[in-house]
Amino acid sequence: MTLEKFLTKAVTSWMNEEGPYSEIVLSSRIRLARNSKHHSFPTVFTEKEAADVSQKVKDSMQKAGESLELLEMKELQELQKRVLVEKHLISPNLAEDSASSAVWLSDEEDISIMVNEEDHLRIQCLYPGLQLKEGLRKANELDDAIEEHFDYAFDEQLGYLTTCPTNVGTGLRASVMMHLPGLMMTNQMNRIIPAIGQFGLVARGIYGEGSEALGNIFQISNQTTLGKSEEDIVEDLLRVVHQIIAQEKAAREALVQTSGVQLEDRVLRSYGVLRYSRIIESIEAAKCLSDVRLGIDLGYIKDVPRTILNELMILTQPGFLQQYAGGFLRPFERDLRRASLIRERLEMDDSQLKGGTDL
Amino acid sequence: MVCQECQQRPAALHFTKVVNGEKTEVHLCEVCAQDKGDAFLASDASAFSFNNLLAGLLNITPVVQQPNQSQHSDKETIRCKECELTFPQFLKIGKFGCPSCYESFREELPPILKRLHSGNAIHQGKLPEREGGSIHVKRKISELRTELKELVKEEEFEKAAGVRDHIRSLEKDIDQQGGDQP
Repeated sequence: MTLEKFLTKAVTSWMNEEGPYSEIVLSSRIRLARNSKHHSFPTVFTEKEAADVSQKVKDSMQKAGESLELLEMKELQELQKRVLVEKHLISPNLAEDSASSAVWLSDEEDISIMVNEEDHLRIQCLYPGLQLKEGLRKANELDDAIEEHFDYAFDEQLGYLTTCPTNVGTGLRASVMMHLPGLMMTNQMNRIIPAIGQFGLVARGIYGEGSEALGNIFQISNQTTLGKSEEDIVEDLLRVVHQIIAQEKAAREALVQTSGVQLEDRVLRSYGVLRYSRIIESIEAAKCLSDVRLGIDLGYIKDVPRTILNELMILTQPGFLQQYAGGFLRPFERDLRRASLIRERLEMDDSQLKGGTDL
Repeated sequence: MVCQECQQRPAALHFTKVVNGEKTEVHLCEVCAQDKGDAFLASDASAFSFNNLLAGLLNITPVVQQPNQSQHSDKETIRCKECELTFPQFLKIGKFGCPSCYESFREELPPILKRLHSGNAIHQGKLPEREGGSIHVKRKISELRTELKELVKEEEFEKAAGVRDHIRSLEKDIDQQGGDQP
């Protein structure tokens, strides 16, 4: 398979489209946790109950007339599951507990509904850029459609009942993925992360293990789900995100003004590494991709589309590399493949830009 | 070690959080952990091994809340009537077994939920269309009651009478629907 073909299959809309504020906000996600009132939660349910929930969801989806495709975990191979995880369409947990777990996906992969993860249902909408309200609207639509035929566990006082007491109430987790190289370079994240906590929100680095934020990418999300309406939760998150956007912009401006040449040098060095290296580890790739993306935002690099960071951060994950290669790869082989995939992807833009079309 | 908050009682909760490689140690006594624990814990809680932390977090609540021994032993025997999960088991795994657990543990939950949700224990968000049933109407009624009180206070008796009639007709609707609400 050529890379281009692979990409058209592999890349989903939130990865290669631009949305509002997409120079800093990569994607927005809304997740609603819902459960059946007739079944035990996935923590303790039996195989039979799991299969029953799965069937009930199927019935409701058919009656609701949603055109989503059903992927059952037991039918998928390990690598296919891993790719879905890397695309953020399913969680690692769902991939592990395979028996009666499944995911319903839309064609554009902006909607995914996980069945029998920690909760019976996890309705998720994922959009490029800052589009939390749009995501909430869509998730609510799906929620209403499913509820017509599916009996939700709901309590007058406590709201939607969930497996974990941290999700009870709205069952809503709203999150945005932000690229914050300016705040990282100016050492401001250490100050911002605790401050965000005061508002019932949490910021964490995604990609990369433990506390490091690979590629300067952070996820900001609400921590509390009880006591506030869905709209207020989203509003509060948006307010903080807008402040972070403003601070990131200010940090970038300050960097350009005080050390423009150094910054340009760093960006173009990283660009050179991505264009010409033959072996690249995921940590270095993430760092260089972040630099290049910043360089595009600041106008140091012109001929590369901005979505390169979203796209390549995911395509250079082990699962994707192996799927592209068509089989298992040892770590060293992955580093070779990663370097060549990045090179190919950048060259693809050269030819496409000359041809005047964009991916 | 002395509690870092009150500087008086011995610290009982020792907590290390690591945010982006920056390590912070927190040492609190039971009383301060109860009061201020959220500020130290909740915001970072889900960033790492959440279940263990959560279980620990939930566990301190009953002990501090009710030192009374007899009540404490009652709690040991609370068991969900549907899935038979016990309250101590719930504390240990930090997850419920089924929707009925919420009902079975209802008395014990408010302090735990408040701890997790910045002091909130009542749902204010969306109501499901069907399962929500009469709750939609009940919310409307409680809104109208507040309005009624205001109107009476302002001596707007004519308007108040209108609102009262509206409340009555809504209450009648609920009675006629009957059914799911006790």
